[in-house]
Amino acid sequence: MGGHSPCASCKLLRRRCTKDCPFAPYFPADDPHKFAIVHKVFGASNISKMLQELPVHQRADAVSSLVYEANARVRDPVYGCVGAISYLQNQVSELQMQLAVAQAEIFCIQMQQDPMAMPTPQFDDDDEESFLLQHNLPQCLNFASSSSDVIQESFKKESPFGRDMVS
Amino acid sequence: MMNSTRCAACKYLRRRCSPDCIFSPYFPPNNPQRFLEVHRIYGASNVAKMLEKAPVNQRAEAANSIHYEAHCRIKDPVYGCAGIITLLNQQINDAQCELAKIQAEIAALNGHHADILPPYQQITDASSFANYPVEGDGAFPATHDPSFPQFYLNS
Repeated sequence: MGGHSPCASCKLLRRRCTKDCPFAPYFPADDPHKFAIVHKVFGASNISKMLQELPVHQRADAVSSLVYEANARVRDPVYGCVGAISYLQNQVSELQMQLAVAQAEIFCIQMQQDPMAMPTPQFDDDDEESFLLQHNLPQCLNFASSSSDVIQESFKKESPFGRDMVS
Repeated sequence: MMNSTRCAACKYLRRRCSPDCIFSPYFPPNNPQRFLEVHRIYGASNVAKMLEKAPVNQRAEAANSIHYEAHCRIKDPVYGCAGIITLLNQQINDAQCELAKIQAEIAALNGHHADILPPYQQITDASSFANYPVEGDGAFPATHDPSFPQFYLNS
């Protein structure tokens, strides 16, 4: 009796799982939910296309991130994992504010304790920039773009939500 | 006769844009790129299914987030939005460490070693996400979400 057992994707799609099946390394038969969820959100052919466009050594990470996004979208049909991004950006903003306050407090304390020392305040440029960027927030998801390096690099001169708001 | 004001989706799919087309409120004809990107990642029928799952009054937000994810995935085919989440988590960790250091320094300068201000509260459970706009059970703490995969991104 030859042949290997079909991977989760071939099981779900009811087809023969060949030796060079593109899904088999990433969707083992013992975790059918993993393929089911990405198939539900992205579709098998889109997953196949995406994986084939990537070098082999990056496909496992790609599958992990796709599974994560698919789970997020099923849990939250409105925001998917973009809701988490928005939340984390708000956290970063808050922390940057707290850092700025704490740095100012240290400066004041040092001024009081040793006025002659007069250390140079160490204000991070990003803290100030983060407040200036507040008014450029996309309207619909209240993105706090103080994590400017992360988001601005991804959307250098674009604001997908700001421009594409259609309602 | 073809509707002369077809939405971007129906234009791309070369079909008639009916008055109740699910795409047309969110994929206007003046922005074909928007639909192209979601179609490339999800396919038209999956996008339609996702929009149908969202409450009608939140479909615009759903369309925006779907497009955002598609756009992220096109820009970063390996990590997509998960890459941004990883980087944000790193930023948060770094900022928390920095804040704890500074607060300890403040306490030391004030001579109150025992009164170190409480560090920024770690998000450890879903109840901390009260303001997070989420459907369903809201249990989506990305910072300490055990289901979030561990990525080691190259900068």
